[in-house]
Amino acid sequence: MIRLAVISGKGGTGKTVITAALAHLLPGSHVLADCDVDAANLGILLATRLIRREPFFGMQAAVIDPALCTQCGECREVCRFHAVNPGKDSFPVNSTRCEGCAVCVQACPAGAIRMEPRACGEICLSGTAVGNLAHGRLFPGAGNSGLLVHAVKKMALEDDCGSDLFLVDGPPGTGCPLMSTVTGMDSVLVVTEPSVSGLHDLKRVVTVARQFTNRIFVSINKFDLDESLTRAIETWCQEEGTKVLGKIPFDPAVIEAVRNCMPVTHVSSFPGAQAMQALASRLDQELGA
Amino acid sequence: MKIAVVSGKGGTGKTMVAANLAFTLSLTRDTTLVDCDVEEPDLHLFFPASETSLDVTVPVPIVDEKICDRCGKCGESCQYGALTVLKDRVLFFPELCHSCGGCTLACDKGAIKEGKMRVGQVTTSHPLPRLTLITGILDEGKPLATPVIRAAKERAAWADPVILDSAPGTACPVMETLDGSDACILVTESTPFGLHDLRLAADVVEMLGVPAGVVINRSDGNDGTTRELCENRGLPVLMTIPFEREIAQIQNQGRLLCAVRPSWQKDFSSLFSECERITGGVR
Repeated sequence: MIRLAVISGKGGTGKTVITAALAHLLPGSHVLADCDVDAANLGILLATRLIRREPFFGMQAAVIDPALCTQCGECREVCRFHAVNPGKDSFPVNSTRCEGCAVCVQACPAGAIRMEPRACGEICLSGTAVGNLAHGRLFPGAGNSGLLVHAVKKMALEDDCGSDLFLVDGPPGTGCPLMSTVTGMDSVLVVTEPSVSGLHDLKRVVTVARQFTNRIFVSINKFDLDESLTRAIETWCQEEGTKVLGKIPFDPAVIEAVRNCMPVTHVSSFPGAQAMQALASRLDQELGA
Repeated sequence: MKIAVVSGKGGTGKTMVAANLAFTLSLTRDTTLVDCDVEEPDLHLFFPASETSLDVTVPVPIVDEKICDRCGKCGESCQYGALTVLKDRVLFFPELCHSCGGCTLACDKGAIKEGKMRVGQVTTSHPLPRLTLITGILDEGKPLATPVIRAAKERAAWADPVILDSAPGTACPVMETLDGSDACILVTESTPFGLHDLRLAADVVEMLGVPAGVVINRSDGNDGTTRELCENRGLPVLMTIPFEREIAQIQNQGRLLCAVRPSWQKDFSSLFSECERITGGVR
């Protein structure tokens, strides 16, 4: 099985649109995962039908029993996340601040604090025309997105470990969810755009991705919006020994397809779709090599 | 007045809105702009200037192997699996540590002390006479963004007004940025992705009780569904920025719309007045 993650550093460069197109264009059987668990959008482009849904439990959270609490304030002293605030008759725990470290449980002389599982979101498996898709949803304000990414990938592989390709749509950024996404993947496609932010963020995310894999490829989206920045990206990639596998033009037909929740490959005669076909075939060669 | 610029979806134009809002405000008053997108901070690209830098560190355990008797209590107490006690030594995995201090409390031999681990830096610059830019930068390969965001915000604690540019998403980095903000600008675009993620971001600001309004970016004039959502959620539309290739180009090249086309300054001034209005004039 080939494991490919599509990432970007900067948000909104076109990861999801390209992932959906690759899901249609790359040969063989696929299993998909949307690891942008803060704001999962891949399902919007691939008509999905829900197969199953499971609750996601993140780190446990502290709960103080008011009947046992003597209001000594020890828990508040030791909590480094400012999650315990004095209330009227008890010390309520702010569950969005609580990081589940359980230091307060250790510190409480009255044994009034216990750790309880906390539902932070859900994980779903859906069927699509191009393979099953695992995706997650984080409840508003819940933490643990890195853990949820891990759970989403696990669900995808549990059901479909025999597929030819594991295709993952990643989150923006370089932190915990991104690192969790890239863990265990053998190839990474970075989608960038010709802007100063796109290039800056590309450099950072490639540095992070290198800690996980050496097979890093780049695709430049909307490359014709600024040809000189596109050249700057190509020059940087060449210096770094990173192959640019695709250059996709700005194409109103792509935007139109997204607005209608259709994968771009439905309008295969347009320049944007043709460039994605070229990207998919070069990527296929590289992955097979 | 602290205004956080947030979006569920990435690439909707948060940095563009934050940069132009701060630029316009700084023409008439001292303004502080904080880049809280510490995983991919980009504001400095729009405001090149010499900067001073301070390290951001977090406390991590240092085990004194001479005192440690390998009892295993630290490893049991760590909820993150950052400490593994072997027969002859203790293994520490810094990338899993949340700096909670639990292991130091759990060790009754006093064998664990805390040292500092660098996770990023905060830079400060003065790119314009009345503008201070504070940038949080997470070191590449470090997973936890929140301590760096907190450090960047602390440097702007007494400033007013403050514009905070958030990371995309709805998780911890966004919560940390929104914490203590007086108002929130949600930047969206009229696509199914933009709409879906605006709904999620609206859930977060609603839960936190931060007054919020929406900026529709790259509008092609067909914003009906977005406006309908805003109305249903009680979110005023504060500003609409049309889709124009030239506006995109100005932004892509690291230039400021309000500097290239000064007529936009009055739009960003009214965006600030609108933010004051939604907070009920409370500063």
